[in-house]
Amino acid sequence: MKTKNIICIECPQGCLLSVDHENCKVLNIRGAKCPKGTAYAITEMEDPVRILTSAVLSEAGALKMAPVRTNKPIPKKDLFRAMDEIKKIRLKVPVRPGDVIDADFLGLGVKLISTRGTTS
Amino acid sequence: MRERDLVIVGGGPAGMAAAISAHENGVKDILLLERDQYLGGILNQCVHTGFGIEYFKEVLTGPEYAERFVKKVRDIPSIEISLRSFVVRLSRDRVLTYLKPGILETIKAKAVIMATGCREKTREMVHIPGTRPAGIFSAGLAQKLINVEGLLPGKEVVVVGSGDIGLIMARRFTLEGAKVKAVIEIQAETRGLIRNVVQCVEDFDIPLYFNHKISRIYGSDRVEKVHVVRVDKDHNEISGSGFDITCDTVLLSVGLIPENELIEMAGAELDRKTNSPVSDGLNKTSIPGIFACGNSFKVYDIADSVTRDSELAGKLAAEYIRGL
Repeated sequence: MKTKNIICIECPQGCLLSVDHENCKVLNIRGAKCPKGTAYAITEMEDPVRILTSAVLSEAGALKMAPVRTNKPIPKKDLFRAMDEIKKIRLKVPVRPGDVIDADFLGLGVKLISTRGTTS
Repeated sequence: MRERDLVIVGGGPAGMAAAISAHENGVKDILLLERDQYLGGILNQCVHTGFGIEYFKEVLTGPEYAERFVKKVRDIPSIEISLRSFVVRLSRDRVLTYLKPGILETIKAKAVIMATGCREKTREMVHIPGTRPAGIFSAGLAQKLINVEGLLPGKEVVVVGSGDIGLIMARRFTLEGAKVKAVIEIQAETRGLIRNVVQCVEDFDIPLYFNHKISRIYGSDRVEKVHVVRVDKDHNEISGSGFDITCDTVLLSVGLIPENELIEMAGAELDRKTNSPVSDGLNKTSIPGIFACGNSFKVYDIADSVTRDSELAGKLAAEYIRGL
């Protein structure tokens, strides 16, 4: 059994978590002040994920850039592949906050959504 | 001169929370002045997540967090929103002058809430010697260029200071394909939230140097390199510790200062060190009837706390107006 110390990024508190693990399986977690920390530690050890935020070019509406996010976290290893995809996007119509820009982003089963309206 | 009950200067998270709260506490006539053409303030360029965890118990981006308040403010008929309205004068007796395209307006308010936010410290304020080439940006300016203007202002970046905006921009530049070569922090630990060290710097294997500073910036037209040295606990250079990092861009994330020129103009007392109003309580200034909230009162770590405390400013202003 090994122990790894990681910092939870779920909220600004930044709890220090001590994670006991063996053969890629989490056995025990100490230091989490809430259940989010426990869930974070397991995902972080087994398949780390992040919500990706960026902005895409908008060719319609009042704003040049439409900020976007994935509606759910995506695997950390896919972040740069996701950025390559985001750079190709050109919005041809104005969007409202929450509008779906890509319903199955990178085939990962997550949505790419707008986070700001592009009309004034 | 037109009279208004409450005038709020600034339509970011602080100003919007104060306006909603003033309405909820019975103020019937509220004018919200915003210099930009949109409400939301700095939140509009903060496209990353991390907002709303405390206030809404949800993880939101800056624009999403702003949108919740913009909707609310727009739905309250007693709040008049005036965009592209830049306040240029404030007096002790609460007379405000503001510019709007084509108009110079002067109004008298029963109470004023200043929600003008803060500004980033500049290179000059932290004394970094060297030349003055292009390629030196405050982290927040670079954030605006990338997220709002769609421009990438550099390809090889060194970040000075480990404030939250600097850490977040280290990640943003990396995701956009630039190489962030180092984050240089003079203190022994980060000034930002530890979660940002993890998700913005460690996630991308960006070297983070504590107890180091940039001793010189080189470059004639554009930044060419920086010289970095290790420092002792008194921040003095340790001789022989220096090394160069070639880069075309230097980002500064070395702290924020409350923006308080207007209340200073009105005669309010400011703390010379922090530029916060000298005050006997949260959101108060030394002038009765002039309040300050959000980052213009003190620099906060997170927007949720700005919202929470700015609601109190709306309540204080309502009580003041009732007591007149």
